[in-house]
Amino acid sequence: MSAALQTAQAWLDEGREVVLATVVETWGSSPVPAGGHLVIDDRGDFAGSVSGGCVEAEVIARAQDIIASGRPELLEFGVADETAWNAGLSCGGRIRVFARKLE
Amino acid sequence: MRRETLKRLLDARAARRALVLVTRLDGGGEEIISPGSIDKGHPQISEITACLRTGRGKIVETGAGELFLQPFLPAPRLMIVGATHIAQVLVRLAREVAIEPFVIDPRTAFATTERFGDAKLIPKWPGEALGELGLDARCALVCLAHVPDIDDEALAAALRSDCFYLGALGSVRSHERRLERLKARGFGEEECRAVHAPIGLDIGSVTPSEIALSIIAEVVAALRAGAGADGGR
Repeated sequence: MSAALQTAQAWLDEGREVVLATVVETWGSSPVPAGGHLVIDDRGDFAGSVSGGCVEAEVIARAQDIIASGRPELLEFGVADETAWNAGLSCGGRIRVFARKLE
Repeated sequence: MRRETLKRLLDARAARRALVLVTRLDGGGEEIISPGSIDKGHPQISEITACLRTGRGKIVETGAGELFLQPFLPAPRLMIVGATHIAQVLVRLAREVAIEPFVIDPRTAFATTERFGDAKLIPKWPGEALGELGLDARCALVCLAHVPDIDDEALAAALRSDCFYLGALGSVRSHERRLERLKARGFGEEECRAVHAPIGLDIGSVTPSEIALSIIAEVVAALRAGAGADGGR
């Protein structure tokens, strides 16, 4: 866990705006357990992971809105989502991700 | 998350202190709980205690919305006693699975940066080295020196500690002799069962690299048996 959080701290120290996304719940098969972190900055750079790579792009996109609004969001992804074709979990799992700005 | 919270999580990690972060999923309010100063009347006391034990994060439903409890446990460490060829590979494999390796060997010809690069090398006798580093419940220790004076001293220190895994290289016969020596040092038969020997999962390892692989697999199995299938992140 510490690698992504250390990256977040380093980015903050450089004056970047940073969102911390954390897996809070998983169902079925998912490669990153609850507690896994993805950090994203205002340029779209990211470190860590919340899945095997299937939903990262969506979380990175949503992070830009969170940086702008300052409001945390609880995101849910699964094969049944309407975004399944873009951001579904091909492995058949479902995850919830809590994303908030570091401020 | 407040920047102050992030800093406290990173400071605790560096100081090897366990914490639980409680986050409100409806608005992002947060609280940090340290096991040492936990309020016995805290409404989520039993869930928080369970989190610290298993290393697994968990959602708790309350009348005021959902809370996410996330334990932050100290990084697991692997104390490698004996700066041998197997140790050289084990250092790399341990780092790959996010276990921090330390190499201890009083033989300065073995514990060289030439052989171990930037790995943490402690060219001292195990008793002294482990006394300085400390052995806690997030530490594993493996004895690879194959020199009784070195290995036994390390085993004695580890048997008195809370470390989550303890293993020693050597055949069944050499382990029998090792047990005799440990008994002479005052350890009982029951206590000595904590030593995994012959060390490593039985995958038919032959080369030093394969033996290192079997050892790291056994260490990970012990770590996850204690922390749950997906704990410790």
